[in-house]
Amino acid sequence: MSIRERLSGNEAAAIAMKQINPDVVAAFPITPSTEIPQYFSTFVSNGSVDTEFVAVESEHSAMSACIGAEAAGSRAMTATSANGLSLMWEMIYIASSLRLPIVMSLVNRAVSGPLNIHNDHSDAMGVRDSGWIMLFSENNQEAYDNLLMAHRIAEHKDVLLPLMVCQDGFITSHSIENIELVEDEKVKEFIGTYKPEHYLLNRKEPMAVGPLDVQTYLFEHKYQQANAMRNAKKVIEEVSRDFEKMTGRKYSFFEEYKLSDAEVAIVCMNSTAGTAKFVVDSLREKGVKAGLLKVRMFRPFPAEEIANALSHLKAVAVLDKADSLNAAGGALFEDVTSSMYVNKEQVPVVNYVYGIGGRDTTSYEIEGVYNDLMEIAKTGEVGNPYRYFGVRREK
Amino acid sequence: MKITPNTPAEEMTIAGNIYEAGNSLEFKTGDWRSVKPIYISEKCKQCGLCFPVCPDDAIPVNKDQKREDFNYDYCKGCGVCAKVCPFGAIEMK
Amino acid sequence: MAYNVKEVVANKPSRFMAGHRMCAGCGAPPVARMFLRALHEDDHAVICGATGCMEVSTFMYPYTSWTDSFIHTAFECAGATLSGAEAAYRSLKKQGKLSDDEHTKFIAFGGDGGTYDIGLQSLSGAMERGHDMVYVCYDNGAYMNTGIQRSSATPHFADTTTSPAGTKVPGKMQVRKDLTEVMASHHIPYVAQTIATANFKDLYEKAEKAIYTKGPAFVNVLAPCPRGWGYPTDELMQINKLAVDTCYWPLYEVENGKYKITYKPAKKLPIEEFLKPQRRFKHMFKPGNEWMIEEFQKELDERWEALLKLEEITNKE
Repeated sequence: MSIRERLSGNEAAAIAMKQINPDVVAAFPITPSTEIPQYFSTFVSNGSVDTEFVAVESEHSAMSACIGAEAAGSRAMTATSANGLSLMWEMIYIASSLRLPIVMSLVNRAVSGPLNIHNDHSDAMGVRDSGWIMLFSENNQEAYDNLLMAHRIAEHKDVLLPLMVCQDGFITSHSIENIELVEDEKVKEFIGTYKPEHYLLNRKEPMAVGPLDVQTYLFEHKYQQANAMRNAKKVIEEVSRDFEKMTGRKYSFFEEYKLSDAEVAIVCMNSTAGTAKFVVDSLREKGVKAGLLKVRMFRPFPAEEIANALSHLKAVAVLDKADSLNAAGGALFEDVTSSMYVNKEQVPVVNYVYGIGGRDTTSYEIEGVYNDLMEIAKTGEVGNPYRYFGVRREK
Repeated sequence: MKITPNTPAEEMTIAGNIYEAGNSLEFKTGDWRSVKPIYISEKCKQCGLCFPVCPDDAIPVNKDQKREDFNYDYCKGCGVCAKVCPFGAIEMK
Repeated sequence: MAYNVKEVVANKPSRFMAGHRMCAGCGAPPVARMFLRALHEDDHAVICGATGCMEVSTFMYPYTSWTDSFIHTAFECAGATLSGAEAAYRSLKKQGKLSDDEHTKFIAFGGDGGTYDIGLQSLSGAMERGHDMVYVCYDNGAYMNTGIQRSSATPHFADTTTSPAGTKVPGKMQVRKDLTEVMASHHIPYVAQTIATANFKDLYEKAEKAIYTKGPAFVNVLAPCPRGWGYPTDELMQINKLAVDTCYWPLYEVENGKYKITYKPAKKLPIEEFLKPQRRFKHMFKPGNEWMIEEFQKELDERWEALLKLEEITNKE
C-alpha cells in the first residue's frame, strides 16, 4: 500500500533522497532549493540515512565533490537552483563527460541578473547541451517519482550519464500538495544497489579518471557520450514502464493531454502544464478542440515522437519560460520546430516567452494563447512567431 | 587492449578512463635527450645522491641498494644527476 | 627506523612512473615520487591532480604515470574533488561496503596557480571540513603550464610574462602570498613546508606525517622550474640548496599548532645567492636597482624572524 502524504515539492525531493539513501550528498544552500539539503541534513543527523553529507563552501565544490564521490564508487546526489547551477557549470560538463551517473534535484529559478529568486527555466536552459539527462516535473508527485526513477536510468550500463530532475521554484517547491509515496522497502528494491564496473576505490584495479584528451581522442569520447544520450531514450522507457508496474503511475517522454483529437495545442514544461490543463478543460466545455503536450524528457529530446504527436494539429504554441535572447525564439521552441521540420511535419508554430523571474502565469493568459492559435488555425497566418505574454509594454 | 589513434570510438574506454595504472612506461621519452649521461661505475661510491633527483626515474636501484646503469628509454638528459655527483661518476656527453 | 634514502628507494617501488612528459630537469617529479614513497606499501591511494603541468604531463590519454587511482577534474577544485572521494570512502566503510583492513589514503597535488590562486577556496573548504586527506602544493612560483604568468606565489620583482620587467615597471610589484601560514591559520592537525634536499629526508618525513596524521594536512613544496626561472636544467639541487640556505624557503612544520623549524642554516646566505643564477631576477642586478635586492632581503628577514618567534612562542611550556 502506498502512503498518502501532504508535502511541498522540496519535501518530496528530500523524502525521495532519503529513500534512495545515497552514499554521499554534497550541497550548498540557495533559494529556492535550500530546504532540500536542510531536510536531508536532519535525516543525516538523526541517523535515518547512511549518507555522508558534505556541507561544501560553494556549488562549484558541491559538483566537484559529487564527481569525486561518484568516481570513487559511490552514489552521489545534490540539489541546487539558478546561480548555484551557473557556478557549477564547468563541473556540470565534466560530470557528464566523465560518465558519472550523479543525480541532481534542480529547483528552477531565474539566473541573475538582475538578482531574482523566483521561478523561470533560465538555469536549466543554460545547461541543455551539457550532456545531462533532464526530466521536468509538473508537480510534487512527479518531482518525487522522477527522482525515484533517476538512478535506474542514469546508472544503466548503456547510459552512464548524470541526470537532473527539474521542478518549478516556489510554485511547486514551496506548495504543499497531496502526494502518494512508495514504501521504503519497495524503493530500495526498485533502485537496487550501485555496482560500478570501474571505480577509484577498487584497489584491485587502480584507475585514472579525467585525462588530457587531445585532438586524436576527444571527438571519439564525445561521440560515445552522444550515443549514451541516444541509448537513454530506450532506458527511460523501460524504467518508466517498471515504475508504472510498481505504482500504477504512467510516465512517457511527454504527456499528451486531450491531444489526439485536438486542433490547437500548447507545448510546455513543469507547473504551467497544470494551469494549461485547467484551460483545456474549460475550452473543451465551450467546444474548442484544445490540447496540451507536456514535455517530461527534455534531454534526450524526443524529436521524432513530438513531431508525430503534433502532426495533426492546425496550430501549435510552444511556451518558453526562458528567453534565449537570440532574436529568434526560446530553446524549447527551437527544438520543437526543428523536430517538425526534419520530420516533414508542416504545422504553423508560434513561440511565447512567459513567466520570466516568477511573473505569474494566469489561466486568462493561457486562454489568450489558445485564442491566438484558433485565429492562426483559421487564417493560416502565423505573423510574428516570437511572442511574449505577461510582460508590460506600451499599448 | 592497446588504444591507438586508429582505435574506433566503440572500442575506446569511456570518458578517457585508463584501467592499466602506470602504463606511461609504454611511452618512451628518451628521444627528447640532446645530451646523454654516461655512468662511470668505477668512480661511483654508491652514495645515493643521484637516483632520487632523477625526474624520470631513469636510474634503476636494485635490491642491494645499488644503482645500476641509466635507463635510456626515459632519460631526458637534464643533467641534474651529473651535477649532484661528488665523484665525477656521471659525465654528460 | 631511521630514514635512509637508499633503503627507501630500493625497497619501495615508485608510484609515479617514467614516461611522463614533464620537462627535462623539472623539479616536481622527484617531489611527487618521493612523497608517494612515504605511503605504506599495502596502502592504496586516491590521488587528485589540479589542472597544471603535472596533471597534463602525467595523464595524457591513453597513458597514466600513476600506479594508484588518479582523478583530475578541473583547475580550481582538487580540494573539493578529493573531499568527495574521501567522503565516499567514509560512507562505504561505515556501511561495510569496503572491508575494514583496506586502507586508502587521499592525496591532492596542485601547482601554485591551482592552490594559492584559483583553487584556494576549494582547498580552504576541504581543510576546514576536516577530511582525512593531504593537499600537496608543488610551488614553482608562476603559471608555468600556460607559459609563465605571475601568480600570487610569484616572488616580488620576478619577471614573468604577465609581470614583465619593463622600463617603467620592474617585474612583479607585489610580495609573495605566504600560503603555508594561511593554511596554518586553518588550525588543521598538520601543515608543513619542505623541499627536495640532498637526501630527501625532510620531504619524506613530512610526507609520512602528513599522510598518516588523521584529518586534513597541507604540505607546501618548492619545486623549481628551469624554464620559468631561467637557470640551466642541471642546477635543480643547487637552486634548492640556495633557497633554504638564504631562508627564502624555510623548512618547517606546524603540528597541532606547534611550530618547528626543521632546518636552520648555520650561516644564512644573502638573498643575492638565490636570485643571481635565475634569469627572472636578472634586472634586479642592474646598476640603480640595488634597492630591489635590499627590499627583498628585508622582507625575507622579517618573515624569518617572525617564524623564529612563532617557534619560540608555540613551544613555551
